[in-house]
Amino acid sequence: MAVNDALAGTHKIIEEAKEQQGGQLVPTLNDFSQELTTLNLGPTHPATHGIFQNILQMDGERIISGVPTIGYIHRAFEKIAERRPFYQITPLTDRMNYCSSPINNMGWHMTVEKLLGVTVPKRAQYIRVIMMELARIADHLICNSILGVDTGAFTGFLYVFQEREKIYEIYEEVCGSRLTTNMGRVGGMERDLSPAAIDKLRKWLKEFPAVMKEFESMFNRNRIFMDRVVNVGPISAEKALNYGFTGPNLRAAGVDYDVRVMNPYSSYEDFEFDIPVGTNGDTYDRFLVRNEEIWQSLRIINQALDKLPDGPFHADAPHYYLPPKQAVYKNMEALIYHFKIIMGEIDAPVGEVYHSVEGGNGELGFYLISDGGRTPYRLHFRRPCFIYYQAYSDMVVGTSLSDAIVILSSMNVIAGELDA
Amino acid sequence: MADPTKEESPAAQEAAAQDPAAQQNARVLALLHSLFGEATFTDVEEPYGLLTVTTKREHIHNIVAGLQQDETLKFRFLTTMCGIHYPENLNQELGMIYHLHSLVHNIRLRIKIFFPIADPVVPTLTDLYATANWMEREAYDFFGIIFTGHPNLRRILNVEDMDYHPMRKQYPVEDGTREDKTDLFFGR
Repeated sequence: MAVNDALAGTHKIIEEAKEQQGGQLVPTLNDFSQELTTLNLGPTHPATHGIFQNILQMDGERIISGVPTIGYIHRAFEKIAERRPFYQITPLTDRMNYCSSPINNMGWHMTVEKLLGVTVPKRAQYIRVIMMELARIADHLICNSILGVDTGAFTGFLYVFQEREKIYEIYEEVCGSRLTTNMGRVGGMERDLSPAAIDKLRKWLKEFPAVMKEFESMFNRNRIFMDRVVNVGPISAEKALNYGFTGPNLRAAGVDYDVRVMNPYSSYEDFEFDIPVGTNGDTYDRFLVRNEEIWQSLRIINQALDKLPDGPFHADAPHYYLPPKQAVYKNMEALIYHFKIIMGEIDAPVGEVYHSVEGGNGELGFYLISDGGRTPYRLHFRRPCFIYYQAYSDMVVGTSLSDAIVILSSMNVIAGELDA
Repeated sequence: MADPTKEESPAAQEAAAQDPAAQQNARVLALLHSLFGEATFTDVEEPYGLLTVTTKREHIHNIVAGLQQDETLKFRFLTTMCGIHYPENLNQELGMIYHLHSLVHNIRLRIKIFFPIADPVVPTLTDLYATANWMEREAYDFFGIIFTGHPNLRRILNVEDMDYHPMRKQYPVEDGTREDKTDLFFGR
């Protein structure tokens, strides 16, 4: 009864308005076309998975323009690094792309080794490759499963997060920590791969492919998922290159640029793997490229583990590599080196070096200028997120809000790397 | 340990001439000289195998544009750019450092420009590379370098009402007036 009354009331309002407008039904589309809505997407929005703001101008459901504001978690890493000895900069790199910290750590160590001219033994290089590829898998798993969550599929996320947890357990076995790993040292690893770590790794390598297959079968040809991601946020190869895209996002656009192949570091040239590329750089392509990269990373880990050479796990560089703690108590030289390294009394050579690694999101570069002191004179991080996120406001124009969320998620923008 | 300051013996120099990286750098340098003239580049180095040239700020836009259009080496990827501050270099205090990459031939090139801190004005590269936009905003934010022609030169990582440029060397990381942190033996 009450409903009927309310409806009658509404009808009355419409009829009255119709009369006022000379018989025309009240608002036409034209009347609203000038009316834009301003929408704050972020800084704390659950779907942005990080702290960044986009001020969107919306025409109904369509996005007219987006203005990104970043810097909410800027921690002045480049400035802080100018006051820290090299080994204290590693924890800063952890906190850039915190989904794949080991890659950042190793990239930094390799930069310093390049400056110092230290050659790392093969075993350490292979262990690094294993850890870096594990990190890449963890990074891509998060990105792709969160993309699933954003399209409404929560299950896949839970499946693969179990596996990410196992990767973190392997990290724990290797370096003692899980998220911000601070793994390895300048000159190699801080300790050898323990039998427990190798056991965990082998067990995980056996179990993970089945989970990954399940994840792929849930998404890759899923009608609902494909409707949400195919042809959403495409970017052409030319545009992507002009915007400085690297990593999976560039490869999804069809450019096969991968630092691991172009400028091999840490013995990547010893392994056989393929670089997956997409065709039109849309969200679906980015998703598929990341999935395929997980399989390629598994290939690399398997090869590295099978071919893992014997030998030392760190370089013979007493000026830069901390001696074992037992030796510090018994051995004069070890005590001296320990003291000098910890107090930062060892000067680096003068020089400037650029080194880049293939991070989870693309070319992660370290540009280090040393004036011969114990700290860098200037350290610049080329953060792939920072560079490609500027294309976002271009990519969302004309799409709907739900597409904008999916595009953001598929680009894998990590706030820590974005803001440094 | 490699010491970059050490004088190389003639044998080492000969070995360097055979080195493919050195040959590649010689090729790039020859191209740069032929395109823009030898006088454009004041300083040429190869630290750790990466060709580094120094030029003047009035040439930088020309050089990057010329390299982008050049068909022989195809430097069409701007890897990164960053500012730098050398307070003791009189009238050359501030600098910009550009890293270019030829993805086809896999050659990297570093270009540096220096200019006085009293007149920190540099032409923008945003008309050539869309990616230069935020990199230049970052350099403005950190060092106060003004890019003429930039469409939106605002601070990017720091708050907008900050009244100094924090990466300049006169701003120490820690408060210089604190005395509880000085150490008689190590000066920290």
